[in-house]
Amino acid sequence: MMGDIYRNQRAMRAMRQTAMQRGVIAVLDVGTSKIACLILVLEENMDAANDEGIGNLAGQEKFRVIGAATTRSRGVEFGETMVLRETERAIRTAVQAAQKMAQCRVDHVMACASGGRPRSYGLAGQVQVEREIVTESDVAHVLASCDIPDYGADREILHAQPVNFVLDHRSGLTDPRNQIGQRLACDMHMLTADRAPIGNLVHCVRRCDLEMAGLAMSSYVSGISALVEDEQELGAACIDMGGGTTGISIFLKRHMIYADAVRLGGEHVTHDIAMGFKVPMNVAERIKTFHGGVVATGMDDRDMIEIDRESESWDGERRAVSRAELIGIMRPRVEEILEAVRERLDAAGFEHLPSQQIVLTGGASQVPGIDSLAARILGQQVRIGHPLRVRGLPQAVTGTAFSSAVGLSLLAAHPQDECWDFELPYDFRAARPLKRAVKWFRTNW
Amino acid sequence: MRTMKDPAPSRLEYRMKRLMLRPSMRPFRRFGMPVIALATLVSLWAVDEGRRESAVAFLSELRNEVGERPELIVRMMIVEGASPELAASIRKSLSIEFPVSPFNLRLADLTEKVQALDAVAHASLQVRSRGVLVVEVDERVPVAVWRSDDSVVLLDKTGYRVATVPSRVSRPDLPLVAGLGADAAIPEVLQLYYVARPIRDRLRGFIRVGERRWDVVLDRGQSIKLPETQAVTALKKVVELDVAQDLLERDISVVDFRNSQRPVLRLGQTAIGTLHDG
Ligand SMILES: Nc1ncnc2c1ncn2[C@@H]1O[C@H](COP(=O)(O)OP(=O)(O)O)[C@@H](O)[C@H]1O
Ligand SMILES: [Mg+2]
Repeated sequence: MMGDIYRNQRAMRAMRQTAMQRGVIAVLDVGTSKIACLILVLEENMDAANDEGIGNLAGQEKFRVIGAATTRSRGVEFGETMVLRETERAIRTAVQAAQKMAQCRVDHVMACASGGRPRSYGLAGQVQVEREIVTESDVAHVLASCDIPDYGADREILHAQPVNFVLDHRSGLTDPRNQIGQRLACDMHMLTADRAPIGNLVHCVRRCDLEMAGLAMSSYVSGISALVEDEQELGAACIDMGGGTTGISIFLKRHMIYADAVRLGGEHVTHDIAMGFKVPMNVAERIKTFHGGVVATGMDDRDMIEIDRESESWDGERRAVSRAELIGIMRPRVEEILEAVRERLDAAGFEHLPSQQIVLTGGASQVPGIDSLAARILGQQVRIGHPLRVRGLPQAVTGTAFSSAVGLSLLAAHPQDECWDFELPYDFRAARPLKRAVKWFRTNW
Repeated sequence: MRTMKDPAPSRLEYRMKRLMLRPSMRPFRRFGMPVIALATLVSLWAVDEGRRESAVAFLSELRNEVGERPELIVRMMIVEGASPELAASIRKSLSIEFPVSPFNLRLADLTEKVQALDAVAHASLQVRSRGVLVVEVDERVPVAVWRSDDSVVLLDKTGYRVATVPSRVSRPDLPLVAGLGADAAIPEVLQLYYVARPIRDRLRGFIRVGERRWDVVLDRGQSIKLPETQAVTALKKVVELDVAQDLLERDISVVDFRNSQRPVLRLGQTAIGTLHDG
């Protein structure tokens, strides 16, 4: 089982390298409510920054956006690709529009998905260093020594990233190579997701004559672009509030150490409004984005919203609702979402991190007042996170809804080490007996 | 970026667009596409037979209309560089009825017709302003009369036939040549004719013998046999002898110069008799 994934991931990595050589790659954020496609030109000459350990976000200038497009998502539920034909059409639309803007054709795509019930595992491994100085092969061995839990036959490994190395008693190493020691241990973060929706997405991308050059979790890449470096270093959670899902990713020491998703999102809020006011979904959506909010003030009782202006009212009468009523409908649902997030953070042991910054991003985080509501539910340190500025990005795609697309671009230009980047010894790929799954960061920090 | 309109491109359209965006397609996008688009439009338009016919009709009508404009009509013909006789025969062979539309004159065909005439070395035709068709010809100038077995023809300086004449008397000013292959040696005979100036009043003509050498025929039955090579020098010698010593005034029937080292004289009948008497 592991062998399969190892091979798939290696194949995608090879594709990414091809794309790097050609200098053009597309990133595709397949969300529940919109599909965004960015086309990047990669510039190879800025490699030096990475080697000096400045970190993944420092060498910003390595790429430039030359094409961008979004389209309404189709056939996607809870971030999962369900109706293949529809999603394929949507991807085609987005890719074609982005290509048109770029005046350039792309063949390689990195995609991210927000659904598939992501699940995090902390793995630990340990080996004796072969010859005093740690070599690449030692690293490969220690990664291979991690006990892979039985994560389910219908699941797929999306990420498997070494997040910490311990050499004898020195912990917190990012790269133990060329260091002297005897006992090398590592912590690895593994993220799995349902195989079916991931497979569907890959299938749709292939049907568009595109090669997969990578696959990532939306919440992870949102964190890459919405969290600033200090937050990633000291500990922070990125809450990506999308249409059908709310993704959670926790970062520490510049690594993702946990990810999860709540199957609730902005569309549920819209749905509540549609039900509450008896209006169609598109009208509800418009009311929400123009007049929505979650914190009522005294003014809101008198602030009337005419809801029939846009809709063909069934009974022909003109109706108006107060903004207070709208908030009354929206707030419970947003609270529900945030409370579900709170639960997941608690389960992950978020409170043990040295810093507990919460960053809200994603389209649904644009509801006015959500930061104060979130502060009440999630803790005092809450801010709305906009994606990092990148070169060439059109103004229109700099909003919070594009955190994952931008984050995926950053990941494309500065890939994070995954365990398949190492030449693992053969036995790792063979199925191994189930051992205990370690929620390792709970015990390590 | 506003969410875009819903309709998705079809798979085919998507593929075509991607094909077009290949770097190798760039020149094609720039030049090929407009041409193809235009051709497609035209052929789409021409699919209907009625339209095609009306287009053809329109074009021919336009052509007629233009051809019949008074300022373009060709009213007369001028022949330049030809003798009156040749000009007449040119007119006869072209037989154009004026006035005529320039579109009905096929100049290439007409030029060919004129050039087919023997007396014409080269011809060029053009329609000049004010409706004049000008025929410029290089006429072949006859330089010799050639009597062969069944006809008398005039030859130009290259030996090319210019015209047939009823008899040698038509052109007494030209030297008479005879014999098979005489026409192939006209340049030489012209030189001989020139050298023979002092004896021209006695000269009857030149006979080509065996297609390789000349006999010069004089009146009173005299003849001069010339060698194959250096015939001109040989004739010059004979003429000089005549001028100095009245060689040809004597009773000699043949001056045989075929071997210029050893010329031979054959005496006439009277001289032979005198010899016998003496
Ligand atoms: N101004 C706004 N106020 C409230 N909700 C918004 C606003 N703009 C967008 N949304 C909501 O954000 C959601 C889409 O967020 P997005 O991050 O694009 O989703 P996804 O990544 O799942 O496609 C939708 O449910 C939409 O209603
Ligand atoms: Mg998203």
